[in-house]
Parts: sequence; C-alpha cells; structure tokens
Amino acid sequence: MTESAVRKPRLATGVRLQWDRVRERHVLLYPEGALALNPTAADVLGLCDGERTVDDIAAELSARYDGSPVGDDVARLLSAIADRGLVIDADA
Amino acid sequence: MPTPNPLLLIAELSYSCPLHCPYCSNPLDLGSERRGELLTTEEWVRVIDESAELGVLQLALTGGEPLVRKDVEELSRASAAAGLYSTLVTAGTPFTRKRAEALRAAGLDHVQVSIQDSDPVESDRVAGTGAFARKLEAARLARELGFPLTINVVLHRLNLDRVDEIIELARELGAQRLELANTQYQGWAALNRETLMPTRAQLEAGEQAVARARERLGRRMEILWVLPDYFEEFPKPCMGGWAREAILVNPFGEVLPCQAATTIPGLVFDNVRERSLADIWFESEALERFRGTDWMPEPCRSCPFDRQEIDHGGCRCQALALTGDASATDPVCHLSPHHALIVEARQAGELDDPANELVYRALLPLAGRR
Repeated sequence: MTESAVRKPRLATGVRLQWDRVRERHVLLYPEGALALNPTAADVLGLCDGERTVDDIAAELSARYDGSPVGDDVARLLSAIADRGLVIDADA
Repeated sequence: MPTPNPLLLIAELSYSCPLHCPYCSNPLDLGSERRGELLTTEEWVRVIDESAELGVLQLALTGGEPLVRKDVEELSRASAAAGLYSTLVTAGTPFTRKRAEALRAAGLDHVQVSIQDSDPVESDRVAGTGAFARKLEAARLARELGFPLTINVVLHRLNLDRVDEIIELARELGAQRLELANTQYQGWAALNRETLMPTRAQLEAGEQAVARARERLGRRMEILWVLPDYFEEFPKPCMGGWAREAILVNPFGEVLPCQAATTIPGLVFDNVRERSLADIWFESEALERFRGTDWMPEPCRSCPFDRQEIDHGGCRCQALALTGDASATDPVCHLSPHHALIVEARQAGELDDPANELVYRALLPLAGRR
C-alpha cells in the first residue's frame, strides 16, 4: 500500500470543500485559489475530518463502491493534495 | 470557443487609501470628477449575488483601501451567504480589533496585508506615511483571530536587496503565504519607472533568496514570485487573459477586465447599475474587444512559440502605454517591433546614479507635480 504523508487527514486552515453549482462539480477553495475535483476526490476529501485515519477513509469508500479496493488511490490522492498544503495531519 | 464563466470578482470598493504608494494600481485620475456616485451597500450585495450565479468562486475585497467603507462586514456576510471565498486586501492600518472581530464573525475567509519593506523607515517612505508598525499589528491580529494570512510586498529597486529579510518578517508574522510581486509598470508605477526599476543582478539575487527559502520552509509558508515582466522574453498572461478568468467592478460600478482598462480610449464600460453582471460579462463590447485570440496582430497571430493561449497576448494597457496602440503586441515580447522600448527602460536601474524621486499616489491633479 502507498504510504500517505498524513495519518489522520483534515483540510488545512482556510481550505473549504464546496459544490460549484455553475460547473456542477466539487472544488477545494483556499486563499486565492480553487482546485476542481472529480467525484472520487470529492468523496475522499469529504471524509477528511481529522478523526478518521487514511485506512478508515479507504475502508469506508471501498464499502461505498461495492467492495472495490481503493486504498492506494486514496493514499495517492491525499499525498498529492497534502503536497499542495491543502490537507494536513490532524495530530501534526 | 465559448466564453468561460469568471472565477474571480475583484471588488474595488473605494479608491481612497491612507497610503500613497508610488506603484498603486488605481488609475491616475482616481480623483476625477467624471466619475459618478459610489455603489451603495445594496448595489454591492447585488453584484456579489450575481457574481456567484455567474460562477465566481473567489471574491477580492480591495480598493484603494476597502476598510474606508463601513459596510465591508455586511459585504463579507453577503459573500459567505453566496458561497464565495472572500479575501480582504488591506493596507492594515484600519484593520482594528473591533473591525477584525466583526469581519471574522461575518464570515470573511482570508486576509491579505500589504507591507512595503522589511525596513520600517523604507516601508514608511514608500507608503508615503507612517504605517509600518500598525501593519505588523494588523497581520498579528489576523493570525490571532484565526484568519489565514497572506503578506503582499511589491518589489522594486528600493527593497529588492532585502528579500531575505522580507521573507523572515512574513514568517515571524505567521503568514501562510507571501506574495512577492515585482512591480508592474502601469499607472502610478509607470510614472516612477526610473526610480523603481531594479538591476538584473538584484532580481537574480532575489530569486535565489526565494529558492533558498522555499527549500528551508517547505509547506510552512508558500512564496509566490510574480515575474518582473520587463526582464522576461515573453509577456505575462495579464489577468489570465482579457475578461477570461476575472471580472472587476470599480467603486462606481463600471465593469472592467483589469484595474487599468479605463486608460484605453474608445472602450465604453458597462455599469452594474444598468445591466446584470451576466449580461455585461457575456455581451459587453469592451469585454469582448480583446477576448480570445481573434483580435491579435502580427507577430502574435503567427507566434512561432504557439503562445497565444499561454500569454493571452500579454497586457493591453501596457501595449497602449508604451506604443500608443492598445491592440499592439505587448512590447515585453522579444518579437515585438517595439521591444527596444523595454530594453532601454531596463537600463534605468543599472545607472551609477539612478533616479531617486518618487511621485506619490494622490487625489490631486498631476499637472506640475513632477
């Protein structure tokens, strides 16, 4: 399994997950920027509450997607978003 | 290509400001009598609501100094209700505890404080007033209240030797972001070009300081380096393209593609008092004028680097200011027939005894002030 940079991810201060009703997709909004998300990424980020671990999130989404294994995808996505400083570890 | 919906609303709430920075992006005739009445609170709220319906996600509450208006709290509330991500762009001096707390409660998302230099005396000299200490207080207050904080510093010959110190100051203040914006020579900055123009060596040292700091600080502070376009081979993608990503409403309700577009003769800008923001965005002749690539002259039209969709033709206001023709190729481009104007202007900073006078932004007529 891909190592994630964070264990218990949460959105960094000043970062918000929101539905863009005009473009009909989720976006992460942060100081002077916006990141368009695909539905899977939006599902992952919606579970980043600082309580769930990356493994919890993967398990929950796997159940939601009929048992498909999603662990690597979740870890990779969170690493990429953590690299941009938009997700951080709740315990860090 | 269909016109994309805008992502950013730049709301210039007022041209008034306690500072007098000699590179201000406000128009030179900001005190002109041709201008009408300021938009009311109700009108701004409507503009904010209409912008959200149009697909805007980010709102910049700016000026001049936005906090000269007493209704920024109410506009922040309207922004939050409309789902916009709001940034207050402030000089810092009027960001008192009382107002900061009210703005926080109203749902303002992010605060950007300008600082002119890390050196208090130089910072106040460039601001044209004593403001440095209060700016630091404002930045600390923003952090104390939990706002994400951006520090913005315009760079030029008089402060570029202190990039390390500026980065250290922003870090001490707890900024998440530091925007180092090399001067764009529009408006007031064009009047002060000889004094503000850096040397190439200064720019290179500044860029190296940024690279070292990024290495050292990692994700703790993001450092943006806005390119000094006079020293580049290709023009900047000004505003991300004319009326492409950003829509600007000035204090009087005129809808513009950028801060300086009223300098372009022959363009008539629609007013939010007369039409909806969506109508203006999609149908205004002025916003259509330099949109896309069809308007481009040679050599842009047959650009050997295929940069039409990268540079979006550079800056129209700069083309006008330097060549007298707003539809000319931006002279920053090394392929522009007017590029020698840029090469010559760059020499100002290299002189043994460079200019040192500053023309400060003011509401007074310009004639005879130089």
